[in-house]
Amino acid sequence: MMSPVSFAIERWTSASRLTAALSAALLAVLVILPLFASGLVVDKATTLFVYVLLAVMWNLLAGYAGLVSVGQQAFFGIGAYFALRLVDFGVPPYMALVVGPLGAGLVGAALSVFALRLKGGEFAIAMWVIAEALRIAVMFDPAVQGETGTSLLALNAFDPELRRNLTYWLGLGGLTAMLVATFLLLRSKIGAAAQAIRDDEEAAGSIGIDVMRIKQIIFVLAAVGCALAGTVWLASAITFQPRTSFGVQWTVFMLFMVLVGGLGTFEGPIVGAVIFFLLQEIFGDFSVWYLAGLGFVAIAFALFLPEGIAGWIQNRSEVRLFVTGRKLRINPQ
Amino acid sequence: MAADMASSSPLLQGVGIDKSFGAFQVLKAVDFHAARGEAIGIVGPNGAGKTTLFGVLAGAFPPTAGTVRLYGDDITDMSATARCRRGIARTHQVPRPFLGMSVFENVLAAANHGAGLAGGTAEALAVETLERTALLHLANRPAAALGLLDRKRLELARALATRPQVILLDEIGGGLTEVELHLLTDLIGTLKGDGMTIVWIEHILHALLRIIDRLVCMNAGEVIADGEPVAVMADPHVMRAYLGSGVE
Ligand SMILES: Nc1ncnc2c1ncn2[C@@H]1O[C@H](COP(=O)(O)OP(=O)(O)OP(=O)(O)O)[C@@H](O)[C@H]1O
Ligand SMILES: [Mg+2]
Repeated sequence: MMSPVSFAIERWTSASRLTAALSAALLAVLVILPLFASGLVVDKATTLFVYVLLAVMWNLLAGYAGLVSVGQQAFFGIGAYFALRLVDFGVPPYMALVVGPLGAGLVGAALSVFALRLKGGEFAIAMWVIAEALRIAVMFDPAVQGETGTSLLALNAFDPELRRNLTYWLGLGGLTAMLVATFLLLRSKIGAAAQAIRDDEEAAGSIGIDVMRIKQIIFVLAAVGCALAGTVWLASAITFQPRTSFGVQWTVFMLFMVLVGGLGTFEGPIVGAVIFFLLQEIFGDFSVWYLAGLGFVAIAFALFLPEGIAGWIQNRSEVRLFVTGRKLRINPQ
Repeated sequence: MAADMASSSPLLQGVGIDKSFGAFQVLKAVDFHAARGEAIGIVGPNGAGKTTLFGVLAGAFPPTAGTVRLYGDDITDMSATARCRRGIARTHQVPRPFLGMSVFENVLAAANHGAGLAGGTAEALAVETLERTALLHLANRPAAALGLLDRKRLELARALATRPQVILLDEIGGGLTEVELHLLTDLIGTLKGDGMTIVWIEHILHALLRIIDRLVCMNAGEVIADGEPVAVMADPHVMRAYLGSGVE
């Protein structure tokens, strides 16, 4: 009989501890940023939070669970729509902006039963069809006034500076909560199961992984995250137009950020979002040519640098800023 | 000991299994049973339907007709996931590792989800399984970096880490050196000694003969012989099926 191997599991490295400490320090600075930064900076930072949140959610779906969706704008839009309607029913606006995304999570849970039965390209297209169907359904609501859209007028009751700061904190809080949730989920056995499904769905089933349930957890979390991005966007734009909120450009942005930054890495979508944010600052418009250019760059990355910028660096360095895996250390006898 | 265990009721059973892919019928009225603690070898020429039978037993796909039973319960409509959790594990002839994960993470996922263990208990089972399958030194290697033989070991490790009652092994011995094959057969013998039911598809007869109680021979989608290994090998139908195809 062999004596049992003495071992330890390494889940933190000195680099990842340092990253966690620096992230906490960065968070502390960001929390008080509005107290000393200009309104313009606060607005820009809020926009960046939306981009990072969207990218992290799309990467969670595609990079960690193999669920390539081109319809996440469904949740971006429906979250904003729910928030609007909740305000109509008398819910305080900033509470509605948080509760709306939870409603979108319920919609995600219901849709998951159908959508997740589809595989690969069929799933991707189904998500796009769902986004379009939800947009049309929302436009039938008289309160939305069809194409014209509506506004979250209740926010005008706030002092503009307070409103700007509250929206900023909503974005920061939402992003932090979703980043932490994603990190913890990926480190859990659910995260490992999602990656197994991504790599080989049939093999995952054969070792006892409940493929449908794991996909549903990821799908619903991503729905809530995308919806939060949608309500933060609504709070800063105030106007709600179905064509914008449910627009396919959000998918182009997500694809761009994740493919350029690095699919299936924790750092990738953050890097990609910062690059996208800078591009928006330089070229910032939503014209068809701009979207086509973004899509072209994303495809070029998928073809020629599929691991993205973060993945390219990780292939050349042992250092990991965020460790989601487990290293086994055997103790000498 | 194996003999009286083998005489108890079937643990895993396939009754009248037909399986067609499109118009092509791969399995024709196959009856298969494995008793608790029994070790069974399956042989047959290429394309006989051996792997397909495993697919039906493990729930990778439903049979076109017939019934699969576990402890007498009809599990024909049960998912592969549920079957694994109820004690059926399999390896894949063409290994299917989770390429984006390390060897240890591959096996830990099986301990977590298949064996239903958590935390340190699951980790200890994963480590023990890696040691038994001679993969411990590769624990932190990305599965994508493994060669074919180590990928086969990983198939075995992952299946074992689900803590199965019955394990379906699909050609895990091919390509090993004599020494490695001997160690592998010893390991499978140990599993059998622990009471695990073994079903092993393998072209290397002398390895099979070291541990099996019974030999099943398939040809062209049918079971053509089933019984005591030496008798099955001497069966004229088996000899004819193998004419011109190499069996060691
Ligand atoms: N998914 C599939 N679709 C179509 N045909 C298939 C499929 N799987 C197997 N077959 C066919 O079924 C037949 C039996 O295949 P199977 O893999 O079960 O044979 P086998 O006995 O395991 O052979 P080998 O010794 O080569 O592994 C083969 O002719 C194969 O081409
Ligand atoms: Mg085969």
